[in-house]
Amino acid sequence: MDKAKNIQDYIEGHTPANTIKRRNFIQLLGGGIYVFFHAGAALKLMAADGDQRQLPDDFNAFLRIHEDGKVSCYTGKIEMGQGANTGLAMMLADELDVAYENVEMVMGDTDLCPWDMGTFGSLTTRMFGPSMLAAAAEARQVLLELAAEKLGTDVDKLEVAEGVVFESRNRAKKVTYAQLANGQRIERVAKKDATVKDYSKYKIMGKPKFRADSMEKVTGKAKYSGDMRLPEMLYARLLRPPSHGAKLISVDTSEAEKVDGVQIVKDGDLVAALHEDPEMAEKARGLFRAKFEEADKPVNNDNIFDYLKERAPEGNVNINEGDLSKGEELATSVFNTEFHDGYVAHSPMEPHTAMAYFDGDKMTVWAGTQTPFPAQSNIARILEMEAEKVRVKPPYLGGGFGGKSAHGQALEAAKLAKLTGKPIMVDWTREEEFFYDNFRPAAVLKVNSGIDDAGKITFWDYHVYYAGDRGSEILYDVPHQKRTVYGRGWRAPGIHPFDTGAWRGPGNSTNTFARETQVDIMAANAGIDPVEFRLKNLKDQRAIDVLEAVAEMADWKPAKSSSGRGFGVAIGSDAGTYVGHIAKVDVNKETGEVKVLKVWVAQEMGFCVNPQGATIQMEGCINMGLGYALKEVIEFDGGKVKTKNFDTYEIPRFSWIPEMETKILQRTTPPQGGGEPAIVCMGAVIGNAIYDQTGARLLEMAMTPDKVLQALKNV
Amino acid sequence: MNAKIEFTLNGKNVSVELEESKKLLWVLRTHFNLTGTKYGCGEGYCGACTVLINNSATRSCATTIGDVAGKNVVTIEGLAQGEKLHPVQQAFADHDALQCGYCTPGMIMNAVGLLNDQPTPSREDIILAMEDNLCRCGAHNRILDAIEAAANEMQNSK
Repeated sequence: MDKAKNIQDYIEGHTPANTIKRRNFIQLLGGGIYVFFHAGAALKLMAADGDQRQLPDDFNAFLRIHEDGKVSCYTGKIEMGQGANTGLAMMLADELDVAYENVEMVMGDTDLCPWDMGTFGSLTTRMFGPSMLAAAAEARQVLLELAAEKLGTDVDKLEVAEGVVFESRNRAKKVTYAQLANGQRIERVAKKDATVKDYSKYKIMGKPKFRADSMEKVTGKAKYSGDMRLPEMLYARLLRPPSHGAKLISVDTSEAEKVDGVQIVKDGDLVAALHEDPEMAEKARGLFRAKFEEADKPVNNDNIFDYLKERAPEGNVNINEGDLSKGEELATSVFNTEFHDGYVAHSPMEPHTAMAYFDGDKMTVWAGTQTPFPAQSNIARILEMEAEKVRVKPPYLGGGFGGKSAHGQALEAAKLAKLTGKPIMVDWTREEEFFYDNFRPAAVLKVNSGIDDAGKITFWDYHVYYAGDRGSEILYDVPHQKRTVYGRGWRAPGIHPFDTGAWRGPGNSTNTFARETQVDIMAANAGIDPVEFRLKNLKDQRAIDVLEAVAEMADWKPAKSSSGRGFGVAIGSDAGTYVGHIAKVDVNKETGEVKVLKVWVAQEMGFCVNPQGATIQMEGCINMGLGYALKEVIEFDGGKVKTKNFDTYEIPRFSWIPEMETKILQRTTPPQGGGEPAIVCMGAVIGNAIYDQTGARLLEMAMTPDKVLQALKNV
Repeated sequence: MNAKIEFTLNGKNVSVELEESKKLLWVLRTHFNLTGTKYGCGEGYCGACTVLINNSATRSCATTIGDVAGKNVVTIEGLAQGEKLHPVQQAFADHDALQCGYCTPGMIMNAVGLLNDQPTPSREDIILAMEDNLCRCGAHNRILDAIEAAANEMQNSK
């Protein structure tokens, strides 16, 4: 049997599509009604991706009403556990008036879907969603026009339910979407001003819907990248440097070559042992004898914050309102505080994994990634191939949290597949996952602020180094304020000893920790209850709403902090959504261990599409947030990552999980992000609760037992 | 050196000729193509690779194929009876007790192992038994609820 042909059989729907033109998609997919649309900010952000490809300028997603009446949406967004496939299908079904079960989301396959920058920033529902609704409204209009013609009536006399169009007055006069789409080949581009339904008219959205993929996931049938199989597939184990910045001087693979059945690949710095048995590939890698020249980076856990301050890039003033010196004159108490936040790993349970196969003409890569299209571009660039000759197919993704926007494993698999002509599986070990993770950056924040005798904040001088500006908005009503951001976003190449990147709600957990702790310090000093102090200084109604709602949920009893009770409060804003948190903790003063007993969260996210999905995201944020707040610390020495597995990197466990109560404040304003907002307050709310119980103020995350004990000594 | 190892896998008698030191995790995933059992850490810290060996939850990354000779191994693929899900699987789906789903097979197998040992566990017993199974998405509270519900369901249907 011809091997290449045999393998092709496994690559369903493998067609050389030119991803630029609309008609190519139609040729590829067949008949029906197509509505092409374009989701908001995507094109603007594309430039930042450095993508040099010719791109469609009028669409990056499309809907298809199939000839059998089923509806598909093709988008480059991906599902990574956040429930996007469920929420988007609900939106589409609702706007089009079809059954939820008849809607399918086709996500992330670079051959089947138009270009998309990737899935991050809680953009899927709030940016992509409204554009998709507009396209669905357009499709519905096309169907109504076809129905009017077929039924010999006017569009305004028609109604739709579950994919059947009928006359309002004569319900027997009807035609189905399937009948209307059959034999059609209609192509439309969604109008920007398409009229979508009023939020109050939706029947599917706004009601809880369980996730669509549970059955596959509880039976072990769901396929992740590492579960892909092709005939003659080889597992790859690559030579890894001992530290970031190390240069390979020489490598001797002669012992590794003696391993039965192994294939060794050497191509510059790329040295790999390939074997059909992953344990044999690992054994061969263990026999590599390599010499590296390591870079000298005089930085470690002990001096990181001084190191970062010494190398601070120039600041950019983002906000400068009023006159700080005037604000300082008005203040009767001034507070100057420095906050620190350490490196944190993404550590999804599935390490980065990809399988690649090159058939001599086209490269196909199955990769768990948040960014299939940028992965496609990068693979094409390093292999000097046309992007159209590279197909990235994302199977299920075993957690991303921002870490799988980077796709180094896909590049490695593609390189090896091209060099060998064999299907190659690159599945990073946990140690490799920690080594190559682009950590949430360590950061320094300096806040100088003051209040007057009435407890009003008179000025706010805020400096954030390395975390970026997301979440650095003050939220409070302060007449004299200035905000200076040092370094662009969460990356500072050449300064951190390893790569850093976007971690769920990037920058925001760090900024919110500093802001909400500083506000708490001022409230405590003024002798005012921390909820009352915040309300006194807030004018933003959405912030007031979430704070009042969460105080009510927790049956908040006003008291000045520290009250000895162990209650903390914090508010935040991320991805267009507002959150208010209250936590109750119990600090063990002997050991410094902090047990979070209960967390209450109120969230206002505009119109909530799927309350079930949004609630689960809030719960996930509470649980995941315990880790960065209390325990997660990357140990490193220069470019060496000393943290290698979960024995030393402690992520939240069952015994840590607090009781929780969540509430969504439903609105009829456009939907906002839901995957990240509820994580941003977790550091501040726990720190403030620790203070409330003990009087110990924690100014550095993670708030590990040794830091808690240190702070207790200073009380 | 290869040895002939016979054992029961998901209800069927199977036989392999392999080095006894091979890890059960990789034999399941490569030799038997049972990919529901996941690699998470390779050193027994995370529980993604949990299977049942003679009804006890066991980490397949820390078990060799030689260890299972003559024993009864069940993976996530062998848990349902035909189309009928095991009560723990059903409870995970009913409680939306998963997000990305990568830790889910290990969570379910560990919970089934617990309920084999202790059919009426308290909430604290469940927490203790699940403590070393890691989930990064933060589905913990729902997983605990699901296991409690499954335990009740299994008691009621006895």
